Amino acid sequence: MLNYTIRRLLMLIPVLLGMTIIVFSIIHAIPGDPAEVILGEKASNSSKEALRKELKLDQPLLVQYGDYLKKLAAGDLGTSIRTREPISAEITPYLAATLELTLVAMAFAVFFGVNAGILSAWKQNSWFDYLSMLIALIGVSMPIFWLGLMEQWLFALELKWLPSIGRMNARDPVESVTNLYLIDSLLSGRADQFWTVVKHLILPGIALGTIPMAIIARMTRSSMLEVLRSDYIRTAKAKGLSQMFIIYKHALRNAFIPVLTVIGLQFGLLLGGAVLTETIFAWPGVGRYIFDAIASRDYPVIQSGILIIAFIFVLINLLVDLLYAAVDPRINFK
Amino acid sequence: MNKWYKPGAALVLASVLTLTGCSGSDNAGNSPGSSPASSSSSPAPSGTPADSSATSQDTLITARGGDSAALDASIVTDGESLKVTQQIFEGLLDYKPGTTEIQPKLAESYEVSPDGLTYTFKLRQGVKFSDGTDFNADAVVFNFTRWSDPKSEFKFEGDSFDYYDSMFGPDGSRVIKEVTAVDPGTVKFVLNQPQAPFLQNIAMPPFGIGSPTAIKEKKDKFKSEPVGTGPFVFKEWKRNDSITVEKNPTYWQQGLPKLNKVVFKVIPDNSARFTALQNGEIDLMEGVNPDDLKTLEGNADLQKIVRASFNIGYLGFNIKKKPFDNPKVRVALNYAVNKEAIIQAFYGGLAEPAVNPMPPSTLGYNKDVQDYPYDLEKAKQLLAEAGYPSGLPEEMTFYAMPVARPYMPDGKKVAEAIQADFAKIGVKTKIESPEWATYLDDVKKGEKDDLFMLGWTGDNGDPDNFLFTLLHKDAIGSNNYSFYSNDEVNKLLSEGQSETDSAKREELYKQAQVLIKQDAPWIPLVHSTPLLAGSAKLAGYTPSPTGSEPYTEIYFK
Amino acid sequence: MSQPAIKLAPPPPAKTEVSSSWRDGWRSFRKNRLAMVGLGIIVFFVLIAVLAPFIAPYDYKEQELVNRLHKPGGEHWFGTDDLGRDIFSRIIYGTRISLWVGISSVVGSIVAGTMLGIVAGYYGRWLDALISRFFDILLAFPGILLAIAIVAALGPSLQNALLAIAIVNVPVFGRLVRARVLSLREEEYIMAARAIGMKNSRILWQHILPNCLGPIIVQGTLGIATAIIEAAALGFLGMGAQPPEPEWGKMLSDSRQFIQNAPWTVIFPGLSIMLTVLGFNLIGDGLRDVLDPRMKS
Repeated sequence: MLNYTIRRLLMLIPVLLGMTIIVFSIIHAIPGDPAEVILGEKASNSSKEALRKELKLDQPLLVQYGDYLKKLAAGDLGTSIRTREPISAEITPYLAATLELTLVAMAFAVFFGVNAGILSAWKQNSWFDYLSMLIALIGVSMPIFWLGLMEQWLFALELKWLPSIGRMNARDPVESVTNLYLIDSLLSGRADQFWTVVKHLILPGIALGTIPMAIIARMTRSSMLEVLRSDYIRTAKAKGLSQMFIIYKHALRNAFIPVLTVIGLQFGLLLGGAVLTETIFAWPGVGRYIFDAIASRDYPVIQSGILIIAFIFVLINLLVDLLYAAVDPRINFK
Repeated sequence: MNKWYKPGAALVLASVLTLTGCSGSDNAGNSPGSSPASSSSSPAPSGTPADSSATSQDTLITARGGDSAALDASIVTDGESLKVTQQIFEGLLDYKPGTTEIQPKLAESYEVSPDGLTYTFKLRQGVKFSDGTDFNADAVVFNFTRWSDPKSEFKFEGDSFDYYDSMFGPDGSRVIKEVTAVDPGTVKFVLNQPQAPFLQNIAMPPFGIGSPTAIKEKKDKFKSEPVGTGPFVFKEWKRNDSITVEKNPTYWQQGLPKLNKVVFKVIPDNSARFTALQNGEIDLMEGVNPDDLKTLEGNADLQKIVRASFNIGYLGFNIKKKPFDNPKVRVALNYAVNKEAIIQAFYGGLAEPAVNPMPPSTLGYNKDVQDYPYDLEKAKQLLAEAGYPSGLPEEMTFYAMPVARPYMPDGKKVAEAIQADFAKIGVKTKIESPEWATYLDDVKKGEKDDLFMLGWTGDNGDPDNFLFTLLHKDAIGSNNYSFYSNDEVNKLLSEGQSETDSAKREELYKQAQVLIKQDAPWIPLVHSTPLLAGSAKLAGYTPSPTGSEPYTEIYFK
Repeated sequence: MSQPAIKLAPPPPAKTEVSSSWRDGWRSFRKNRLAMVGLGIIVFFVLIAVLAPFIAPYDYKEQELVNRLHKPGGEHWFGTDDLGRDIFSRIIYGTRISLWVGISSVVGSIVAGTMLGIVAGYYGRWLDALISRFFDILLAFPGILLAIAIVAALGPSLQNALLAIAIVNVPVFGRLVRARVLSLREEEYIMAARAIGMKNSRILWQHILPNCLGPIIVQGTLGIATAIIEAAALGFLGMGAQPPEPEWGKMLSDSRQFIQNAPWTVIFPGLSIMLTVLGFNLIGDGLRDVLDPRMKS
């Protein structure tokens, strides 16, 4: 197991290295001059020239890439061109914002997805089964940016039940410690703030969680169906064990392995894929952060930002693989 | 580069919010020594906001589309930075609210020598920077030396004093020869040559005085932790999210500022920002979509605020390329744009059609120049005369602005509207809207685009700031994206820079406008009136035509 | 990307033989009611796309600025947008764009993915290692950000968005084919073919490729659904179709600011995206049941 983990971690190195090459070549193929964007139209040509020099943008690409790798190897993610802040510090609140949103979205997706999947499987071909699978089908086909807009229109603009944008009321900022506002608001003992944070999370959480929910529901259902058909469940039924007991104690445990894969995969994907939800709900997350960096040609931020997300993504995949062992002792790692 | 300015042409503009505080007798040039209370001359409509009940709101949350680049006023050129630095820094002079007319600030009075080469400023006594450092003549000298000495040790990595260079000449041809402290309360400026708009320039927000102690200590961190004498003190900057400034407890003007705290919040999307305003999450916002105007006017909790127009949005021809090297073709297309319809549809009516390349309130604006009316038949006829009886043979690449600017709230939509009209006269266009960085780069090179959109907001009310900057041949490679060069126009604009007689100068610019109209390097589109929106409780706010202003007088009813 | 569905591990190689008779397949497909609904939806949209000029009451470019943001009604069934253009007509013409982008980008991904997958699976060794790492790298990227970066580098246009989507989805098909080839390689009849000295290219064309077809068709149909959403997402972010093209995602972002005053400008394009995508997903599910029964859900 330990060997396996180490081997997997080592295999990450060429992948990450390859990613730096791809990202580096793509972003330097992007036309446009960062000095122009950063300094604005009214800046003089000489000051733009000076900035380019300072950023070493006048050097050959290979030299720039070498410098970047050297710094990266030393654990330095670089400095943002635009803000002159170290990226490792700057990116933290954005990552936290996305993480919080993703966790909420996944919690929503797992809770409704798994339960709907189980019940559908248990009551196969009932109206509940049909209805929830129809919803799941529509869910996987949903353009989430449209769903987000519709939610915003209905629940924020028309009904005014929930806030339409942002993480928190700007008037009453949360004292940030972890940058996860749900936790921070509780840390400062502000139940009212916690409630406001929750309200801000609902709409984007649902928008981001809908597709994983639908996928998880479908996966859980089919995987449950397979397990329910198996002999030992029939035996359990024959023994007269209660339905709930059979489902949650026996069947789910075995049906959960493929579901777990999906959950892990989806979680990783949401982290980087939240840019649309973040755009619609003005959520200051990492997807938006990188998107803005692309627009302003903030090369170091694009590079390191994408790398960090990808790194988290592969780590989660690794984690899921390792979790298999915990859930299913039959899997062993050679 | 000399900038000339005629006080009589100062823009005196009323905002819808308050009556501006400039009474006729209070001319900046005549009564420089006004008392500290002068800037509170704008009458408080009712009640006593300064000591109003404890329940009234004292935090202003204002939202805008983008973050500031840096907060050291002297190194920035973008509006989003100046909006914040205006709260933190003050210059020797500044503009009266809502105008570009100068008034004293950190200087109480000044004298000009008869030859126009020496300016002596008497500084206000007892003013301190918010870090406790005394404001005095040494501080002024320190700042001006930092800006003018290219080898200054306080010119930190990445610093570039662009506004100083462009207003007072780049290194090698500086207007200001030396700045000296006569005594702690007196500063003397000696110029190399007279500069008529010298005071006008000194009043510009980039020339706010920073605390020498802070600059020395913070070094290159000064641009993110600024210290000045202004009404507010820098508190916190969360990049891309918010900047917070708090009331300066030791501010030299008694009872000001009226607010306790100002938060500049970034909300990139116009409609999201407007929603936040409707929900009461913010109090003031820039960049209202014209289509939200009706909602805004129908909401009793909100108010419409108008910033005086001081810009030009235009459609430029790439004159380097065929067929737009032919003025006839350019004039033909000028006939094919329905400015009125565009203004109604995309500016909510809050703009006026542009005739000349600068707004009508600018010195030397030529009212006699007639615009080419919207006349598709005439356009076709001119195209035929130019040798294109059945329209242009090739599809033209039309660069549409991907970002919103006050003069162009939605470039792509305006481009689509124009595209439809062009199609009617047989000019087929392909709209391209690369991201802003690529856009500027491409337009500057002038290889990919045939037509492009851009605009300009004036810095200080001078025609040179429009005509020379945008259409002189020396500006090719910087802001003359049309590659327009007419020897006669070039000569007129260069003379305009050095002419001291204001009437003669006006005449030069008027002639230039006639020639430019004939050559038609652009289709001047609009002078827009940028729309702001705020809570109905907000009072005491007078937007400046230059795009930023201190929030000293703002309060909540 | 935004629609992570396709990143689901491609179905592992099924050992079952692809149904030899297409007619049998069609018969069992026809029994699947949901799949038939999906087919109905897609046929409907394809007809709209083909017959667009005859159905659309207006030119999709035709502007009437005085009549902007007009409510849905007799003259304009779906209302007008902020340039006074008929939304109904724009949606009809937009069908062409979405179907074209969805199908052609998936075809691109399939061609590239299949080639890489076969090379990796059949020839193995260092080529396999190299190509598999390449897939790992591409899959580890946050897809939407990668697509955005590619489009930014190439310049925003429909073609480039299409290309970016195709690139991002290559590993989905590549891995699928590779896994299938790996398992087929060990099948007896392939071994036999090799033993009698059949050329590699012939083995590939006659035995391996046809056996990959089932999963590719299933994944491809589902991939079209995803590609349509991805293209709309890029359009929504301003990185796709350029004006005045009536691309649905772009229509959404253009009208976003009017959602309060003119919700119809946002509702109809979104509904169209959803319906088309739903159609392809339904067909894909049905095809999977027929062609790849092990993945039956």
